[in-house]
Amino acid sequence: MDIPYTVQARPDTGLTNGKIAIWLFLASEVMLFGALFASYILIRTGAPSWPRGDTILNVPLATFNTIVLISSSVTMVMAWASLMRNRFGTFRIYMGATILLGGVFLVVKYFEYSHKFHDDLFPRTNNFLAIYFTLTGLHMLHVLGGMAVNAYLWGPGAKLWKTNPEWFRNRVEHSGLFWHFVDLVWIFLFPTLYLL
Amino acid sequence: MSQPGAVAAPTAHGAHEPHHEALGFWRHYVFSTDHKVIGIQYGITGLLFLFFGFSLMMLMRWQLAYPGAALPLLGGLFGEVRMPGGSMNPDFYNELGAMHGTIMVFLGVVPLAVGGFGNFVVPLQIGAPDMAFPRLNMMSYQAFFLGGLTMLASFFVPGGAAQGGWTAYTPLAILQGTGQTMWLFGMIFLIASSLLGAINFIATIIQLRAKGLTFMRFPFFVWAQFVTAFLLLLAFPPLQAAAVMQLMDRLAGTSFFLPSGLVVSGQVLQVAGGGNPLLWQHLFWFLAHPEVYVLILPAMGIVAEIVANNTRKPLWGYRSMVYSLVFLGFMSFIVWAHHMFMTGMGTAMAAFFQTTTMIISIPSVVILTALIISLWGGSIRFNTPMLFAVGFLPMFGIGGLTGLPLGLNVADIPLHDTYYVIAHFHYVVAPGTIFALFAGIYYWYPKATGRKMNETLGKIHFFGSFVCMNVVFMPMFIMGLAGVSRRLYDGGATYDFAQPVLHLNVVSSWGAWIMALFQLPFIFNFFWSIWKGQKVDGNPWQSTTIEWAAPSPPPHGNFVTAPTAYRGPYEYSVPGAARDFLPQTEA
Amino acid sequence: MTTDHAADIDRHVRVYITVFIALMVLTIVTVAISRFHLPVHIAVTIALLVAIVKGSLVAGYFMHLVSEKKLIYAVLLVTVAFFIALMALPVLTVHNGYWIH
Repeated sequence: MDIPYTVQARPDTGLTNGKIAIWLFLASEVMLFGALFASYILIRTGAPSWPRGDTILNVPLATFNTIVLISSSVTMVMAWASLMRNRFGTFRIYMGATILLGGVFLVVKYFEYSHKFHDDLFPRTNNFLAIYFTLTGLHMLHVLGGMAVNAYLWGPGAKLWKTNPEWFRNRVEHSGLFWHFVDLVWIFLFPTLYLL
Repeated sequence: MSQPGAVAAPTAHGAHEPHHEALGFWRHYVFSTDHKVIGIQYGITGLLFLFFGFSLMMLMRWQLAYPGAALPLLGGLFGEVRMPGGSMNPDFYNELGAMHGTIMVFLGVVPLAVGGFGNFVVPLQIGAPDMAFPRLNMMSYQAFFLGGLTMLASFFVPGGAAQGGWTAYTPLAILQGTGQTMWLFGMIFLIASSLLGAINFIATIIQLRAKGLTFMRFPFFVWAQFVTAFLLLLAFPPLQAAAVMQLMDRLAGTSFFLPSGLVVSGQVLQVAGGGNPLLWQHLFWFLAHPEVYVLILPAMGIVAEIVANNTRKPLWGYRSMVYSLVFLGFMSFIVWAHHMFMTGMGTAMAAFFQTTTMIISIPSVVILTALIISLWGGSIRFNTPMLFAVGFLPMFGIGGLTGLPLGLNVADIPLHDTYYVIAHFHYVVAPGTIFALFAGIYYWYPKATGRKMNETLGKIHFFGSFVCMNVVFMPMFIMGLAGVSRRLYDGGATYDFAQPVLHLNVVSSWGAWIMALFQLPFIFNFFWSIWKGQKVDGNPWQSTTIEWAAPSPPPHGNFVTAPTAYRGPYEYSVPGAARDFLPQTEA
Repeated sequence: MTTDHAADIDRHVRVYITVFIALMVLTIVTVAISRFHLPVHIAVTIALLVAIVKGSLVAGYFMHLVSEKKLIYAVLLVTVAFFIALMALPVLTVHNGYWIH
């Protein structure tokens, strides 16, 4: 049994099932991260004192990471644009770059975290660190998840391009939406934790 | 692949879907991606959890009626820790209380109402071959199942299951045993299940509805599930985050919810502190208030379907009902702190939440009133589904009206955390939602099985349950007004002011135990009718909505030919028509 | 989208590059401003505004929200409303109207 509008858009809504689904999922993710931001606001405003981000965290490293993630967003959208231009080879390059940049982000975070642990700074040490590790930790899990899906689309999943290119394009677009969202969260996370 | 605009021809199998005749037992019944099988899986699992949660309460009611007395026969079953000498340990009472609430809400009612009825009925009612994402649907059930198993397993860890209420307030929940950790993991699975399900429902309803089925031609049940899905989608994630944060407080030593200087058993807790227990309450109730609308909306949907069908006339005020539903859904996100009036908020914020709470009662009243007016002038058929549906109406009325003093922050002061609250919410959920769910089971059973349930047994089930529900919960209003707090393991026995109303504990308990007896005809009926129930065709209730245009039970893919909707959902008793109903899909 | 010609995609790509440059600039701006150690209220407001601009560029152009369907806008609008409620109401309630005195 075929489910309609999996690949072709439904005329009156102009959407495919997958497009609606990914945006609905992102809406729920807005609320998920929102809860953590709300927690940050509540805890910080209730604290007698709160350290400025740059006194505890490494701003240059995080700025570098911000640039890395934004760049990966560009390569991601270029990967999709390549598919729209039917250039599969170029898609492979851009998607590979996206995954690589994601990897760089994770490596930098690994160094950041291990520095903290080395300096005896853990989530339990104080609430600034608790919210820092939780927010960036959850974000990191999303980076990993996005990379996993992108890796699948770069590798074994790419077979679909031969049999159903439009469906494959849609999947790349949807994965891209998730990846851009991960970038979006970091755009707010970075100043909140590191600069304020 | 599909052509643009084409609805799937259900008899053609896609290249990536194994031919269903070749499916073995496991693919067919256990790992199915068919929404009907998944709906039945959710339904039966939900019912089992409902009865289990009810059993936990029946045990509690012994302690409440006869505090400290040894439970005859069963007392020995629970071991010397939980029931020393057959008499209930207060910690066990708390364990039962917390798990009763958790199981009834998250493992019983919602899986049955949304996972069960939603999955089974919605694709059929919109003329779709299945849900938009069948494999995701299967994964949702599996996540729910895992969450349920985790919750059940928590009874067997040292220290027992969660004991801090279904609300898991901090700091108490953080200080409790392993059972609470399992509760948190259980919740994480359940929330994941709900989120995936919500995405599936919304995408399906928007994208897979039949040709001609515009939004304002939806059966009210579909609208109810649609709004419910949005509530689940947007309200659950904050609790997901909060559960992770509570896990971190418990396992990683953080202090999200632990204030500074907390003293436990004479020792200052060695944590960083600086956290806020109210943060947990905000995040919890941000979900839990919309959650109560998740509990009631599908029920209203079911009642609407059955009322229209058994009055042989269209629903009165369909448009108003739909607008009320959407408005209700929206408002439900900004009332939550009426559960927190006693936490020291200032008058400005108390006034804000009180106002939004009063406003939200309006759409509820509109929907209930429209349903009641729908009865006027109808040719009413009092079959079992209709009895439960009509019984729902005054019960939900009582539940809803008694919520009003709780929503006014001054009146809430003496009523907060008393038996009045318990009576209020049980009226909405027990003779409210659960009656609607029973109605739905009797109503859609023929669609799922091809046979009707027995009417006589159904009537016994209804009248017995209706009387008993009121015997159980009406006295609780009086107890609450007298000031008896909830969650007291002895039902208030040690308080002077409670003495004049303590006997009501006995009344409620006997009401509950007798109510259990009246569920037996239902359980028997449910299984007996699978083999011996009266066989029926596709439309035994002469209904107009699209699910009745499919065979009973519907095949994989649901419809022999893809349906088209030509009219609204409740064209009953149309003047000049040959029969007293005009199906939506009849040309 | 599937019937876009090569020229359309070229236009899109030019937009992506422009947005990328804008995002880089704004990143540098927000880090630079943070060095001034402004009073918290002002620092928060500026940082938030910059983040919102950056976020809007990502959402609008990389995620193609500027040309998305009405249904998606509706879902996101509702989400944003509830997001704001979640940000504002707890702190207002716990701190007795933190910004209202």
